[in-house]
Amino acid sequence: MTQNSLPVLQIAIPLIAAPLCVVIRDRKIVLACTIAVCWATFAMSVALLHRVLSQGVVTYELGGWPAPWGIEYRVDALNAFVMVFVAAIGALVITYAPSSLEREIARSRHYLFYVMYLLCLTGLLGICITGDLFNLFVFLEISSLSSYALISLGQSRRALMAAFQYLVMGTIGATFILIGIGLLYQMTGSLNMQDVAGRLDPQRGTRTVLVAFAFMSVGISLKMALFPLHAWLPNAYTYAPSVVTAFIAATATKVSVYILLRMVFSVFQPTFAFDSLPLDTGLMILALTGIFAASAAAVFQTNIKRMLAFSSVAQIGYMVLGISIASEAGLTAGIVHMFNHAFIKGGMFMAMGCLALRLGAVELSDLRGAARRMPWTMFAWSLGGLGLIGVPVTAGFVSKWLLLTAAFEAGKLPVAAMLLVSSLFAVVYVWRVVEVAYFQEPLQDQKDVQEAPLSMLIPTYVVIGLTLLFGVWSSLSTGLARQAALALLGAAS
Amino acid sequence: MSNVWGLYNYWIVIFLMMTGFYIVIARGNLIQRVIGLNIFQISVFLLYITMGKVHDATAPIVLDNTVTFSNPLPSVLILTAIVVGVATTALALALIVRIHEAYGSIEEEEILVGDHDQ
Repeated sequence: MTQNSLPVLQIAIPLIAAPLCVVIRDRKIVLACTIAVCWATFAMSVALLHRVLSQGVVTYELGGWPAPWGIEYRVDALNAFVMVFVAAIGALVITYAPSSLEREIARSRHYLFYVMYLLCLTGLLGICITGDLFNLFVFLEISSLSSYALISLGQSRRALMAAFQYLVMGTIGATFILIGIGLLYQMTGSLNMQDVAGRLDPQRGTRTVLVAFAFMSVGISLKMALFPLHAWLPNAYTYAPSVVTAFIAATATKVSVYILLRMVFSVFQPTFAFDSLPLDTGLMILALTGIFAASAAAVFQTNIKRMLAFSSVAQIGYMVLGISIASEAGLTAGIVHMFNHAFIKGGMFMAMGCLALRLGAVELSDLRGAARRMPWTMFAWSLGGLGLIGVPVTAGFVSKWLLLTAAFEAGKLPVAAMLLVSSLFAVVYVWRVVEVAYFQEPLQDQKDVQEAPLSMLIPTYVVIGLTLLFGVWSSLSTGLARQAALALLGAAS
Repeated sequence: MSNVWGLYNYWIVIFLMMTGFYIVIARGNLIQRVIGLNIFQISVFLLYITMGKVHDATAPIVLDNTVTFSNPLPSVLILTAIVVGVATTALALALIVRIHEAYGSIEEEEILVGDHDQ
């Protein structure tokens, strides 16, 4: 019984916990409740992945209505994998959160933070699990609305403008996706992804399908901050509370990349998107331009959070690049980079949170000599930085290696060369921080700055440790990503 | 000509969509941008409702002598989308209230200048 209800429980438990937390209000009980729910969700996602790997696709019919009519939850190797790392980041970040929130958000608002956090997690997991197009839109809006609210909790008043701008861009993106879904429904009379896929011509579509496809591609690109639609991201990540940045940077854009994968490979089919239409070329050009433009912008930032935000835009480029190669190797590289980057960037933003807690600000000049006052935090940050560059033994190396192999296999030597050159940018922007933190004299007024509390350091090190673990023991993450890629390509053929 | 007049609902949808989109892009006043966003969303609601309408059909109520009726599903979907739209507008307005408290203005240019002086 519980075995069969796993897919729905994964969504229902955080969704029901959120309003309960509003009723409870007591800060400590709500915190305990949120942590318990997040870890329970993670356990369920692992159980679900295990079941998918041993038994194949798991489906759940909501309310007992059979598939094309009712809403269906459909879990295959890809979304089970994405859900595991989204839930893992969700659980680790909330365990890390209390000390950081204590400084950054007024106590009276803490319970609201936890409510929004649970809703955001529900939305992100819901996007992954659902097999229904309209349901996907609803979950997308649940996660987006709660993340606008989370971002607006930032200390600086600029957080409000950042949240508002994200709201405008995000709503336009979501509405574009809604137009796409509507036009698809008009053509096929169905909202179930598999059913729609079966009714669309995999070679060429009518003009309505073309328009649907165009609206969806643009809408999803806005949501995942693909260059040049990334304008909302740097401000949102910079001014949000540290905990929120760590959570959203590690999960939200990856889930949007998942939507792209699902739409292109399971609904429209690559024969339509990549062979009849040049989406792969378009994505590749945008991905490469984005990698260079955003990395170059990152080099010139003086606020470290903003620098990491620009680096996130560049990393989205790597994921999309893998997808645009569209071979099994390319897809595997893209998917494994979603996973690796979630932990690398999550860990780095968690270390940023530790710095913000003790130093109060995260401008480059504030970090002078920080490594002497906070050696453990800076060490974690630097390990994450090595992962961003793609140094061997880190997870970043695994994804870059796979991307390079995929580019070589596809005979795209210029792309491979650009990949290597782009890593140099990461060396520059990571080194700027390391240089300031390790080799400059500490500021006089920071004499009594102490190392971050263990309650924050331990989760940070778990996340950073995982990037090292998956850098060495890459067969697990790569194996899962390959299975996910095969599931996508299998659905396509 | 029937293509032009027969599809007049769709022309309205496109007109509203472009109007809303233009307001969102061109206006610096935050309230006006929210209004633009609303017009943009409402055009999509109309698009859905239009596609559910079947020519010469009745409302989707089971009666003894009806043969064809309109598709109720798009309207149901739009009920959900309207709720989402209301939530978005509410959140946007709440943000604008707080922006007004923090900056004393809801004109984007003045807000950006205010941040620049800091």
